[in-house]
Amino acid sequence: MSSRDAILSKIRSQLGVKRDDAERRAIVEERLSSHRRHLTPGRVKGRNVEELLKLFRGFLEKESATVIEVDRKHDIPSAIANYLRTNNLPARIRVGGDAMLTQLPWGSEPHLEMLLGRAQPSDEVGLSHAAAAVAETGTLVLASGPDNPVTLNFLPENHIVVVEERDLVPSYEDAWDRIRARFGSDGMPRTVNFISGPSRTGDIGGRIVMGAHGPRRVCVIVVRNSDSAS
Amino acid sequence: MKPTTESFKQNVRVALHDPQLQRALAGLPTGLVANRAAARARLPEFEDLRDIGRDIKDHTLAHLDLYLEEYERKATAAGAHVHWAATAAEAREIILQICRDADAKVVTKGKSMISEEIGLNAALESAGIEVVETDLGEYLVQIRGETPSHIIAPAIHLTQEQVEADFRRLHKNLPPDRVLTEPAQLVGEARQVLREKFLAADVGITGANFLVAETGSSVIVTNEGNGDLTQSLARVHVVVASIEKVVPTREDVSAILRLLARSATGQEFSTYTTFSTGPRRPDDPDGPQAYHVVILDNGRSEMLGTAFREALRCIRCGACMNHCPVYGAIGGHAYGWVYPGPIGSVLTPSLIGVKQAADLPNASTFCGRCEQVCPMKIPLPKLMRHHREADFELGGPSLPYRIGLRTWAWFAQRPKLYHMAARLAAAALGAFGRRRGAFRRLPFAGDWTRHRDFPAPQGRTFQQLWAEHKAGALR
Repeated sequence: MSSRDAILSKIRSQLGVKRDDAERRAIVEERLSSHRRHLTPGRVKGRNVEELLKLFRGFLEKESATVIEVDRKHDIPSAIANYLRTNNLPARIRVGGDAMLTQLPWGSEPHLEMLLGRAQPSDEVGLSHAAAAVAETGTLVLASGPDNPVTLNFLPENHIVVVEERDLVPSYEDAWDRIRARFGSDGMPRTVNFISGPSRTGDIGGRIVMGAHGPRRVCVIVVRNSDSAS
Repeated sequence: MKPTTESFKQNVRVALHDPQLQRALAGLPTGLVANRAAARARLPEFEDLRDIGRDIKDHTLAHLDLYLEEYERKATAAGAHVHWAATAAEAREIILQICRDADAKVVTKGKSMISEEIGLNAALESAGIEVVETDLGEYLVQIRGETPSHIIAPAIHLTQEQVEADFRRLHKNLPPDRVLTEPAQLVGEARQVLREKFLAADVGITGANFLVAETGSSVIVTNEGNGDLTQSLARVHVVVASIEKVVPTREDVSAILRLLARSATGQEFSTYTTFSTGPRRPDDPDGPQAYHVVILDNGRSEMLGTAFREALRCIRCGACMNHCPVYGAIGGHAYGWVYPGPIGSVLTPSLIGVKQAADLPNASTFCGRCEQVCPMKIPLPKLMRHHREADFELGGPSLPYRIGLRTWAWFAQRPKLYHMAARLAAAALGAFGRRRGAFRRLPFAGDWTRHRDFPAPQGRTFQQLWAEHKAGALR
């Protein structure tokens, strides 16, 4: 008997169940397909966008992330250029193939150099577009792929993430609904990253230090009015 | 990992006299414990979520075979290679073969207690592979040739000065006159050193906090991002996870995640929670080309049919050890195997044998704090009591101990006699001890009085006082 079958039959004998128990199978199938939600925190229930954004912002800022609000997508390049200048960072950013990001009017910031593709070890700033943002704990949700390569989230010391206000949702479960809408009911990209601030560690003397292995700085740009043309 | 559980008493003696360790442990109450309390206070639903978390795990464990099959089906459909290992040796062999097939010279590792349990590092190293722990705490422990002393803060027993000394000893290619007095400088140096390893690694090995049956995903939770660099930069990603890590859906895992970080570090949410499904997709510019998951049993299925099934709900947050007065006094190494603290005192005897780990379930004051804070509501004291019973049945305890217990049991089953004996003892001790209020030495209690005085009773038993109190209240 293979280890697989040995383990599964041991589990069944310990549970005192039979492999072909149709009732158990029905229970499991129902559970898997119903996507039933459990309790979601009251802190995000019945909140309007302003209140959700305030919560989202508060949690991220508490974790030393920067949150910048802009009115329109059009304003993103200048907001990024400003952020890089203020923090004394090079005007060179790495971005994937995300159409929303690459089609921004970058011409307004001629000094800003755009590098396309996955992150390289020498990159200092990565730029991503979040699939969703969760208010309940100030959490960004990023889906990997050619548009937003996963290495952008971890290799560069600085990570700038654009979030559209319409993608700000109350809870994790709402974010999963967005992922399901995009990738199919049980589909997933290679990675879904929930990110709630800069990389950190408390492993030396119990003191919190930012930038353990991932980004030291996280900057979130919230686009308040995603739908307006330029 | 080779257990030292049998020398528990000696381990404790060493730990109690280790000033560095005692200094490091002194920070627990104001650190992790206070942070958890604050996080719990910020979320009014916390206690309800504990019930929900318990129910999710109970449901999953009751249908574990089916959820594992579904997980395997979905993971395989996404391109994962799923392997099953009944024992630690099998798991080591599977992972070693994956590394050989990948022609691996350097392997990076995210934090994984299962990999400690199966002794993975030693197995890979003896095959000539360089293994690098990338979680900062795990790295500190690895370069000292030690093992983790806490499941979420592996280097909690080390002081900043010890880390500085180790870095100077080990990172010889860096300028000897560099300044390393601040934690940030030490973290920066580790980042620099480990970045090279991430980029050089052929295989990245991580554990899994959860496996999601619905999607075939593995989940890791970290604050440093080391697990993500480990699994995204190497050509091959290997996940090693035990059978009880599976949960049905993303909704289920979300509910439990609301408990995990809050119970562990007191954070609202860990910095990184990553769901990995299959290898990189055809269009992906990064991510591993191959993705393997090794599902380990190693004694867990055996627990399913017993009272210890409840311990399989554990999500490895570490709250039980953070709140344990025994852990707080002796640290993690004294427990002698992979899992310290109250959950270790339950898991270790179950996984390596009651006889070999008999001291662990006895290393508890049964104060009950572990059960109070456990996000999965595991009745840890009750389960330790079961191990004590099993040890007694196996003839574990010494003869004087057994005689003492039997004598006490004989009296306890005869309440009138018991009360009389207790009254006599209390009166006698009260009379003898009245002058000093305490005893320096007492027959049959040498182990107690060697360390501290025994307070003298005031002459009457609790039962007597209770009876008087009740009579007074009725009047």
